[in-house]
Amino acid sequence: MLEHVPALQVALPLVAAPLIVLVRSRRFAWLATTVVSYLCLLFSIQLAWRVAASGPVSYAIGSWPPPWGIEYRVDALSAFVLVAVSLTASFVAPYAQRSIAVEVARDRQYLMYAMYCLSLAGLLGIVITGDAFNLFVFLEISSLASYVLVALGQRRQALMAAYQYMLMGTVGATFYVIGVGLLYLMTGTLNLVDMAERLRAVEDARPVLVALAFITVGMGLKLALFPLHHWLPNAYAYAPSMATAFLAATGTKVSVYVLLRYYFTVFDPVPLFSHLPTEEVFVALSVAAMIVASFIAVFEKDVKRLFAWSSVAQIGYITLGIGVDNQSSLTGSIVHLLNHGVTKGAIFLLLGGVALRAGLAALPLRSLAGLGRRMPLTAFGLVIAGLSLVGVPGTAGFITKWYLVLGALERGWWWLVAAIVGSSLIAVAYVWRVVEAMYLHPGDAGAPHRREAPPAMLAAAGAMVLLCVYFGFETGFSVGGAADAAAFLLRGLR
Amino acid sequence: MTGDLVLRIVAKLLMPFMLLFALYVQFHGDYGPGGGFQAGVIAATAIVFYAITFGLAAAQRMVPERLVERLLAVGVLLYAGVGFAGLALGGNYLDYFVLDPDSVHGQHRGIFWVEAGVGITVAAVMLKLFYMFAGRGRDAGDA
Amino acid sequence: MSTVAGHYSYWMTIVLIVAGMYILIARGNLMKKLLGLAVLQSSVYLLYIAPAKLLGGTAPIVAQGYTVYSNPLPHVLILTAIVVGVATLALGLAMVVRIREAYGSIEEDEILARDRADDDRAPDGAR
Repeated sequence: MLEHVPALQVALPLVAAPLIVLVRSRRFAWLATTVVSYLCLLFSIQLAWRVAASGPVSYAIGSWPPPWGIEYRVDALSAFVLVAVSLTASFVAPYAQRSIAVEVARDRQYLMYAMYCLSLAGLLGIVITGDAFNLFVFLEISSLASYVLVALGQRRQALMAAYQYMLMGTVGATFYVIGVGLLYLMTGTLNLVDMAERLRAVEDARPVLVALAFITVGMGLKLALFPLHHWLPNAYAYAPSMATAFLAATGTKVSVYVLLRYYFTVFDPVPLFSHLPTEEVFVALSVAAMIVASFIAVFEKDVKRLFAWSSVAQIGYITLGIGVDNQSSLTGSIVHLLNHGVTKGAIFLLLGGVALRAGLAALPLRSLAGLGRRMPLTAFGLVIAGLSLVGVPGTAGFITKWYLVLGALERGWWWLVAAIVGSSLIAVAYVWRVVEAMYLHPGDAGAPHRREAPPAMLAAAGAMVLLCVYFGFETGFSVGGAADAAAFLLRGLR
Repeated sequence: MTGDLVLRIVAKLLMPFMLLFALYVQFHGDYGPGGGFQAGVIAATAIVFYAITFGLAAAQRMVPERLVERLLAVGVLLYAGVGFAGLALGGNYLDYFVLDPDSVHGQHRGIFWVEAGVGITVAAVMLKLFYMFAGRGRDAGDA
Repeated sequence: MSTVAGHYSYWMTIVLIVAGMYILIARGNLMKKLLGLAVLQSSVYLLYIAPAKLLGGTAPIVAQGYTVYSNPLPHVLILTAIVVGVATLALGLAMVVRIREAYGSIEEDEILARDRADDDRAPDGAR
């Protein structure tokens, strides 16, 4: 059974969804979701172990040997992202029970769990597959499920947010599949590794470069790369809390994985970084994201939207690593997939608890007033996660920025170091606004006394906050895995 | 619509042929254009035709919404079940070679059941979509 | 001239992509945007299937007396892509129906105006 883990990793959440629809009970739905999330975590850890011990794992679906059949391929990068995604899922799943019970209509709750399982299956499938078109199928599975997750938000703005997310996301996926089509026409294969081999012969043909452009823009829409980020603030602000936490921690990160996979594995024979302005474009867009999005976050009045803009900025850090293109910066990029996932996941889980206790559908800044007294643990968790966003030493965010700065220094780009530090200072501004509201503004006179979020929710969120700190000190897995992945990517196919 | 005699009689005559055609398309996917997706849509179309001619309530009496939702899930589980059968019989996931001692016949079997699952799900999805959209028009009201 | 005639399907693909994107971006009506999306997706079908036909190739079903068959793989890929497109369209239409029920309009500018009015009235989501 152990050798079939790559297939089970995707098949299990994929089977959980129709089972939930069949059984229709909310209890069963939550139970199935939680069990499946934990099993996925176990599977991904097992795969990461195998890959670290003996190199990439290959699994032929249907026993058709690659490159004719669809191959599931786990290497250093996929293993890392698999663990990051399933880790988030295993924290969000137990959190979901109380959160969904309050935020979603009763007769739709089991459907929300089914969508969550489908989204998880899709995300895991994207990371584990080694076939370009299979990637598109999983991309659309996870995306369509995400659109539904966002649309189930309480306020009617959620519908419009989901609609715009859907439009932009589908355009992104369509561009991706156009790129894959062009690559298929040029190489005759859909297997990613085989495609890379065959691209050697046609590396300077124009369709290949056009395919690169389409794939970049397509995935750029999915990962909310500046200026293709328009859907993100609304989608995160109006979605149910559990959906926001899950999507913020996983959706965009998996799209970054796809970009990394194409840039470093598939297009390895094509001299992307030397003959094309890849570095300039990525660095420019990333710096724009880091600075502009952080700036906008400072002036946001709604807390969820504030942190959504913060996400756009943090994604800028991730893509910055691609632009700087050396071992250190790429390590920073990849480790931020995990670090930011944990940080943002913690923040949105905590905010969900605040919303539940306050009975609000939206969280303007003043609803946080007096939180330090009303929900001290939650407020403290938000402070720590906020510090991780800024990149204070001792938190996960600092590790990322350390490696990004290291990478910039290795290229001698002092101005980039200044940009990274500058955007972190702007992050201090918006985190301070939240901290100020929580601790320095007195709550309403008739505000309820101290009452934390329900234990399951608080425990899940608290565990994620602890991870923020843990990954700031104990970097064996996070940086070790990321460094292995970065080295693997930079090595290419040699 | 319900008052039109010619339409009702022709609909009653045509429906079985539409369903038969759906089954034909379903099982002849190996030898000609066809397969699960197409067959599912044609089957759903037959029932939508019935609903348009005799009214949504009549169609929902014939094919209840709960049943449709269950069929949706059953189809997907059938597909996944074939995958797990491959695992149980010693092959990889979705391995058709091991489904029969003769591996070519095994492929045939695998494709048959997988397409059956797809056909059931697609028909159920199309029908559910129709039920949801058609059932909404009246009580929505113009805001 | 042979560039146009020989690559006719690719030219049509480009026309469809641009037309689809234009409708999606320029039209404010939510239904029309969905139609633009559908046009964009049909360009993908054309991109994959047109090159699948090999000159002198017959339908990709094993038959006596034929040695050259058209490539069946793009057909399978596009079958999946069409289903994805249908699912997206269905989801989009369902959202439009609910937006219509919630806002009373499916014109984007009216909806955004109503949202802005909502925000000005009650920023904490109270209705």
